Amino acid sequence: MDVARRNNVTVTGNPQGPAVLLAHGFGCDQNMWRSTVPALVEDYRVVLFDYVGSGRSDPSAFVPDRYASLEGYARDVVEVCEALDLRDAAFVGHSVSAMIGVLAADMAPERIGALVMVAPSPRYIDDEDYRGGFSAQDIDELLDALESNYLGWSAVMAPVIMGNADRPELGEELKNSFCATDPDMARVFARTTFLSDSRDDLKRVRVPTLVLDCTNDAIAPREVGAFVHRSIPGSTLVTLDATGHCPHMSAPEATNEAITRFLAGLR
Amino acid sequence: MMCREEHDPRGADQAVFAALLEDSAEELYESAPCGYLSTLMDGTIAKINATLLGWLGRERAAVVGRMRFSDLLTVGGRLYHETHFAPLLRMQGEISGIALEIRQADGGRVPVLVSSVVKHGSTGEPLLIRTTVFDARDRRAYEEELLRGRKVAEEARRQAEADRARLQDALAVLQQALLPDALPPIPGVETASYYHTASPDRLGGDFYDVFPIDGKRFGFFLGDVCGKGPRAAAVTSLTRYTLRAAALHDPDPVSALTTLNKVLHERYAGEGDPRFCTVVFGVLEPDAATGQTAVHLASGGHPPALVLRADGTAGFLPTPGGLLVGILPAAPFATATTVLTAGDTLLLYTDGLTEARTGEGRARLYGDEALLSFVTDHAGERPPDVIHALTELLRGFGDGLDDDTALLALGVPAPGTETKHTI
Repeated sequence: MDVARRNNVTVTGNPQGPAVLLAHGFGCDQNMWRSTVPALVEDYRVVLFDYVGSGRSDPSAFVPDRYASLEGYARDVVEVCEALDLRDAAFVGHSVSAMIGVLAADMAPERIGALVMVAPSPRYIDDEDYRGGFSAQDIDELLDALESNYLGWSAVMAPVIMGNADRPELGEELKNSFCATDPDMARVFARTTFLSDSRDDLKRVRVPTLVLDCTNDAIAPREVGAFVHRSIPGSTLVTLDATGHCPHMSAPEATNEAITRFLAGLR
Repeated sequence: MMCREEHDPRGADQAVFAALLEDSAEELYESAPCGYLSTLMDGTIAKINATLLGWLGRERAAVVGRMRFSDLLTVGGRLYHETHFAPLLRMQGEISGIALEIRQADGGRVPVLVSSVVKHGSTGEPLLIRTTVFDARDRRAYEEELLRGRKVAEEARRQAEADRARLQDALAVLQQALLPDALPPIPGVETASYYHTASPDRLGGDFYDVFPIDGKRFGFFLGDVCGKGPRAAAVTSLTRYTLRAAALHDPDPVSALTTLNKVLHERYAGEGDPRFCTVVFGVLEPDAATGQTAVHLASGGHPPALVLRADGTAGFLPTPGGLLVGILPAAPFATATTVLTAGDTLLLYTDGLTEARTGEGRARLYGDEALLSFVTDHAGERPPDVIHALTELLRGFGDGLDDDTALLALGVPAPGTETKHTI
């Protein structure tokens, strides 16, 4: 199995530096780190990848059963680490990827030595006293929204979107194709992401961890960030002055500063 | 002239055009047939037009500076906005035609299509987001119909695939009832066979079998039921088991065919759906002492068997006068006898081979003479090699081979020769 091809692995930055993995969340791909990468390339070996079923990963590697649980995505992470023989890498995960990082660190402690959790949520759906912010019905609505916006997905566009960067004549059609995903695979990832419950996994984190939340995040509100911080012994919480769920895109300077300060402290 | 002036189209156009010019930009913005809004980069609504406020059922003062764009959406839409719309807009600077739903003040929902573009400042920094919102109620209702239709079609396809798989399993089992998995070993005799079905469900009207009768004799048969597909296969099954049972009772070839004739005639003739077959039935009697094998066979209307001799010659083993099996209450069958010595092979085939089309019209069928000539070239070869050569020949016919075809070769291998092919 060629993991580098399967997960569209990109390695950049300082080959002698400590390894930092940047893991995208649901809805996008490694492109969403483009404001983060420049802040890391001088000092770190930066590893980017797409989960199977996202971005320009190999669609033929998508196995619905495997990716119906976050463990399946965590195995992607561990296999990327193994393929590059990373040790003690820092794993920066956005949104659901933050939880995938927690699982991967548990599976392969020798591979992952630190976690940066960007806008994490271990559980999106409200549960008794726990406030995740959403109801099961809300998640169904999201699935509907996904469905409505895949009308434009066609067999013609699929090969273009899924990795045919060497056909520039299709550039115009590629509009909106960043982060485009096969609808069936996106649906699996959406369900896995929003129906998962990883609260108990937080207690098992044994590596230095930075939790980043935002002042105004409709998906991972501050009380969820505080819950994650509280559940991981010894973790650091930094609240970024940012609106939305993607502080690394909407407030890149503040996000980069928090990440680089944390990474520098690990050395 | 009066009339002409009253209906002067240019005059009327000019009046409308003048009125349009008086339509201010402000009026165009506020009353446009689509919703407009401008937000800060964090989504806070800075400007919104009257059309959109009308759809929302909200006052301007309650929206501007107080709500974010994502607040106008359903919760599911907000999730989509945060995970797809906002990141894409950041990366591309624009995004178009995204299907979302806006929430009205009274709890209603309006399906809309949203496009946004980021306005940048003179130094390239993003300043604000301009968004247009189109009413997509009719269009979305139509699209939902399409989606529903697609789901139904996908479900039907899944179901059809499952059904097909199940049917194929069942057919595979039935197919095994029609043909032997493998031919039994016969001392001093080598066997090979080939089977081709014209029907896509792999149920055919040709059949063959080889089976032990007693300690020293073996029965064999090869035949062709009229018709193709499942109906022919039903007759094939009856024929195969009737012949095997009949031979155990009385292995004489004519007796076996007579029994089959009675069974088929009784089973089908009375129903106004006569079913019949042509078949060669025979008995092999290998003699270990001489190394020879005696062959006694009878034919009911079947093309004559071929005998390929070790010396490189070949000839038909004629069985004239035998009647189709099952068509009359009593039928005559023709018999023939031969002896196979080392290097000789008996070849049975169905007319799928001789009637394969090699061109247009009746004259362009492959024919008996061509077959005799072909097998003469392979006389002296061992049964698997003869069958291999004929299989290649059949493959060469391509679409010309449009009937079921069965081949069975029984031979006495010459010492020191080796089989080149395994069938």
